[in-house]
Amino acid sequence: MNEPAPKRRARLSWLLLLLPFAAMLWVPFYNRIEPAFLGIPFFYWYQLLWIPLGALVLLPAYLGDRR
Amino acid sequence: MDPVAVTIFVALFAFVTLLGFGAARWRRGDLDHLHEWGLGGRRFGTLVTWFLLGGDLYTAYTFVAVPALMFGAGAVGFFAVPYTVLVYPILFAVFPKLWAVAHEKGYVTAADVVRGRFDSRMLALAVALTGIVATMPYIALQLVGMEVVIAGLGIPMTMTVGGVAVPDAPLLIAFVVLAAYTYNSGLRAPAMIAVVKDALLYITVLAAVIVIPAELGGYAKIFASVDAKSLLLAPAAPGNFGAQSAYATLALGSALALLLYPHSVTGLLSASSVKAVKRNAVILPAYSFALGLIALLGFMAVAAGVKSLPEFASGFKAFGNNFAVPALFLHSFPAWFVGIAFAAIAIGALVPAAIMSIACANLFTRNIYKEFIAPNASHKAESQVAKITSLVVKLGALFFIIELPTQYAIQLQLLGGIWIIQTLPAVFLGLYLRRLNPIALLIGWAAGIGSGTWMAAQSAFKTSTYALHLFGLTVPCYAALSSLVLNVAVALALSLVLGSKRQATHSAA
Repeated sequence: MNEPAPKRRARLSWLLLLLPFAAMLWVPFYNRIEPAFLGIPFFYWYQLLWIPLGALVLLPAYLGDRR
Repeated sequence: MDPVAVTIFVALFAFVTLLGFGAARWRRGDLDHLHEWGLGGRRFGTLVTWFLLGGDLYTAYTFVAVPALMFGAGAVGFFAVPYTVLVYPILFAVFPKLWAVAHEKGYVTAADVVRGRFDSRMLALAVALTGIVATMPYIALQLVGMEVVIAGLGIPMTMTVGGVAVPDAPLLIAFVVLAAYTYNSGLRAPAMIAVVKDALLYITVLAAVIVIPAELGGYAKIFASVDAKSLLLAPAAPGNFGAQSAYATLALGSALALLLYPHSVTGLLSASSVKAVKRNAVILPAYSFALGLIALLGFMAVAAGVKSLPEFASGFKAFGNNFAVPALFLHSFPAWFVGIAFAAIAIGALVPAAIMSIACANLFTRNIYKEFIAPNASHKAESQVAKITSLVVKLGALFFIIELPTQYAIQLQLLGGIWIIQTLPAVFLGLYLRRLNPIALLIGWAAGIGSGTWMAAQSAFKTSTYALHLFGLTVPCYAALSSLVLNVAVALALSLVLGSKRQATHSAA
């Protein structure tokens, strides 16, 4: 319960790693055309957007336990 | 045959051949040691590892087959994107630990790590054999990528040398050259060539996603030309998840399987530090983005209507939808740029083929030759055996693709994914769960291989998804993932029954 703050923060940053799984594996959420972006259906731009987002969610864990 | 395109293609090919041989002198090490020949001396920093893994994980076959699937089947082919999104959190969570264990104990392969952790030769042998068998058809498929662009250039596949007709001559030449510099320089060769390949690849992708949509009238028009039914996955029917559960499980299962392939492990263990491994988890998605854009080329090929153009009829007849992207490039680019783009694909086949054959050679040498045949082999003998194995592996792949229908290689590669994922409990879970029992892991592995192969056989090896019937629901699932669940359940349950076999001498790394 009374963990020191840095350790808790490290735990939280590891939890972020689960976000891409939620975003990619719940297919019904993104299996749709609208909202389209520049004529690109949601299905395609949403998944493409998750490529950089997937890299971003690693950053806190990377910076957190840099040795 | 366009002389400009062919000249540029051949010149780039010759250039990387020189690089491949010259690589032996790069960051010089004693190539008579296996970790020097087969892991580049573990001296690759963040940037070289990035090029190496980018060239290794994103193979030429991927770049041809993914847009081909989009071209033929639509949205399903886009699973390559969620698949590569999921690879990196897994890599980030597991590989720093695997690297640290391997570095501390001097391990070269995943099977070495398993051998050390569980003190079981048979479990390590199972991991090594699975790796070799799963990788061989993958090497063969790299040749398909090369074959398609050579045919696209109009280079004749049968050449007459000294009055004798040699079938598949360009492939033979490419593979002899590849085999020679891999033998000579080891992992340093593909690492150096990967830099050139990746530069060509990024140039090609950038040009393709700007020039081709401009010619076709923009992205909205491209998507509008695709059949509305293939634009999205079929929605779930009552009681049946349909294409959507197949899509999600394919993405997750493929991500797990990719990291267990020997060529991934070899690439990651050659990094110089844990930091280089972690940094690569953050920067490798740049390649995923390129792959996502390349996938869309399949739709651009639909919009350009290449399939109905008479000049491409013979290509489509010979290679099916795999000819979609080469046809699109021939249709949209000037000859000199076709040379560059096709060289990117062909050289893109050489890098993974080299790393895969090195990874197989490392496995054979460490976990079969040294373990069971010649336990007292010297460093030099070990390195020599690995070099020869890398030749044998490549010759096998070449024979496969020339002598047998391509369909066999595709089906075997599909099975390879189902098989390699069964090493996950021993390789990945073994890093964290010390109480796993090696016999339990071996039985779980067998259960996974058996059930996964059976599920694929139900479709006569045409598809890797198998519909599970759970609580009255129909859930189409990637056979690799459902068989892995069985494997893990068996391994955990039997470990509880049999207890841990660990000895006190094997303290946690």
